[in-house]
Amino acid sequence: MKRLSQFRRHRIVAPLLLVLALLSIGTTFSMAGAATGAPITAAERSALIEEGERIFLKGCSSCHGINLEGSAIAPALLGVGAASVDFQVATGRMPVADMSVQIARKKPVYNEKQVEALAAYVASLAPGPEVPGESHLNYERDGSTAEGGELFRTNCAMCHNFAGQGGALSQGKYAPTVMGVLPRHIYEAMVTGPQSMPVFSDKTITPEEKLSIIKWIKAAEAEPQLGGASLGRVGPVTEGLLVWTLGLGLLVGVAVWLAMKAR
Amino acid sequence: MTASERIAGTVANYVDERTGAAKWMKKNLNKVFPDHWSFLLGEIALYSFVILLLSGTFLTFWFDPSQREVIYDGSYAPLKGLEMSAAYASTLDISFEIRGGLLMRQIHHWAALIFMAAIVVHLMRVYFTGAFRKPREFNWIIGVGLLTLGIVEGFLGYSLPDDLLSGTGIRIAEAIIQALPVVGSYLAFFAFGGAFPGEAFIPRIYTVHVLLLPGAFLALITVHLMLVWYQKHTQYPGPGRTNNNVVGYPLFPVYMAKAGGFFFIVFGVTAFLGAVASINPIWLYGPYTPGQISAGSQPDWYMGWLDGLVRMAPPLETYIFGRTISWNILIPGLIVPGILFTGMALYPFIESWMTGDKREHHLLDRPRNAPNRTALGVMSLTFMLVALINGGNDIIAITFDLSINQIMWFSRIGIIVLPPLAFVITKRLCLSLQRADRDLVLHGRETGRLVMMPHGEFVEVHEPISPEKAWLLTQHEQNPPLALEENDLHGVRRPGVLKNKLRARLSKAHAVSIPKATADDLKEIEHH
Repeated sequence: MKRLSQFRRHRIVAPLLLVLALLSIGTTFSMAGAATGAPITAAERSALIEEGERIFLKGCSSCHGINLEGSAIAPALLGVGAASVDFQVATGRMPVADMSVQIARKKPVYNEKQVEALAAYVASLAPGPEVPGESHLNYERDGSTAEGGELFRTNCAMCHNFAGQGGALSQGKYAPTVMGVLPRHIYEAMVTGPQSMPVFSDKTITPEEKLSIIKWIKAAEAEPQLGGASLGRVGPVTEGLLVWTLGLGLLVGVAVWLAMKAR
Repeated sequence: MTASERIAGTVANYVDERTGAAKWMKKNLNKVFPDHWSFLLGEIALYSFVILLLSGTFLTFWFDPSQREVIYDGSYAPLKGLEMSAAYASTLDISFEIRGGLLMRQIHHWAALIFMAAIVVHLMRVYFTGAFRKPREFNWIIGVGLLTLGIVEGFLGYSLPDDLLSGTGIRIAEAIIQALPVVGSYLAFFAFGGAFPGEAFIPRIYTVHVLLLPGAFLALITVHLMLVWYQKHTQYPGPGRTNNNVVGYPLFPVYMAKAGGFFFIVFGVTAFLGAVASINPIWLYGPYTPGQISAGSQPDWYMGWLDGLVRMAPPLETYIFGRTISWNILIPGLIVPGILFTGMALYPFIESWMTGDKREHHLLDRPRNAPNRTALGVMSLTFMLVALINGGNDIIAITFDLSINQIMWFSRIGIIVLPPLAFVITKRLCLSLQRADRDLVLHGRETGRLVMMPHGEFVEVHEPISPEKAWLLTQHEQNPPLALEENDLHGVRRPGVLKNKLRARLSKAHAVSIPKATADDLKEIEHH
């Protein structure tokens, strides 16, 4: 251990670490790229669909029906596409925990592989929007932050708030915060319009514009708290609260102190 | 006499020979002010006004009040290349390019919120202690005027940066102007120099915000303070304090030091807030375009109650003679605030009419000794609070997992039910406190010491309270209600029966109290 810590400051360490880092990034990238990029064979595909069917029959069919036909409490899933399944299941919204006014995001029940199988199964019965691949989601390269902000304020801010913090809708429904959401899921939400959200088709907002929106959201997420504590980025309500508690509290406290009799 | 004293004397004499200031200074520097923390609340408002003037002047050096379109090319990347008004772009520049600009902006805005809050708590102090009574009715009206101007001035400042939030606010203001029957549309066109948003509005409100209203403020504040000076400050009752004297410390050196120090503390607290807490982050709101809106668009807190009233108004509209009257905006946006503020301004006269009391009052009331007034105040505050809560209904709904509709219905019912309820409860509380005061004077303080009598009975030992305290608890007046006979001496009904009946009833309600302890009561107890 001691030798390692001495070696830490050696001249060669910095270049060596750089090479190692580059190597690891390169391998990860090529492997990850290969995993999503490589076309899967027909046999693998049918195995995936079968796996998905098994999961569906076990976990979803009691509400959505054995043939995805839906029921009184759940919509039919024919034609919703893999994108919808991926969004609903991978963000933990499905399977639903309680049937209240809105299905909330929670810890996912199924893992990535199972979600993929489910999505493949649902998509195999009727065509619908697909899960956008990694190559389609390169928002850093294909998006523009400023344009995304403009699009966000025009199309999204009315429900999700100016900084994407979420907002209230009628009857206890709400637009959730878009902070901390995977780019893939943001994209899928726009394409499929889950729950109260409208569908933003590629004609309304082109794929490039969608990437711009994602880029702006990610920039807002990473933006440091300029000007001090952000107070939740929800506007003047929290500012008013702070003035009446901390601000006036301090000042009235000082006033009481100033008027105290000297002892 | 030391050298420095001699020099000071020479200088003072030089000035006095030319201005005659010595006599005036001597009189006014020795002016006595009573000491109480609640008398400093108005000072908070005064000092934040000074901070507003200073920080506001700094902001005018760089703010460009123009709605001319520019392309943003500053250092805030997420807005780079966007079209926006010069007003918005220059506010971004103040925030990101000017050294200390963001801090100054935030100090200015926090100071505005503190200014309004301080005015409200100062108003509450004046109201609940009855400091508005003769001879201070004019000063009360000036105060109400300052509060009203403060709301307008604050709203204009909030509107100037031309960001998405302030544009939304201006849009609502335009809607309220338009809701005026018949003249509304014309007035709106006049104010905006054409259709909304136009290019004229921001430059116009800038002049009003930095020139007209600050001037009005300065004038009104000066008169406000001069009246305080001339009429002398009110004081709380206490030993040695009467309606004809002022007990306290002289202005110099005690209050010079206290007030001067307090100014810097207020500045410090404001600067602290400006340094650690973000306010009005206009770069996040984006530039205003009429096609955009954000969820949770709110006014600053001092307008929140107005927004809350508009939000809870049911959708009422009528069509008469080919004109639409939007009652849903007209009632909550103009009629209700009009009634509230007129009632508030006239209250000193209403109370004096109810009680028939036309005497001067320099000793303050303890709120419990004016149950009706205190209850009315709490009732008004409850009304405002329900409206304010509804103004933030969307933020409350999403923060506490509630339904916005439920909050709205709570507010709609609550704004009618809760204020009267608050009135009754407060009045009962005041009367209970009066009863407690009476018991305290008659039976003394409970010591918590239990003594077993020889025959086995346990009694708690009571200690008589100090004469000062007893005086404080019994010094207040308890005037009987006005006796307004329905018929005059000849058995003929007086004119204005209904008015007299109402006045008699109000006067009776105002005079309700628990009889205070008297010396006779005390003697009687001692006999037992």
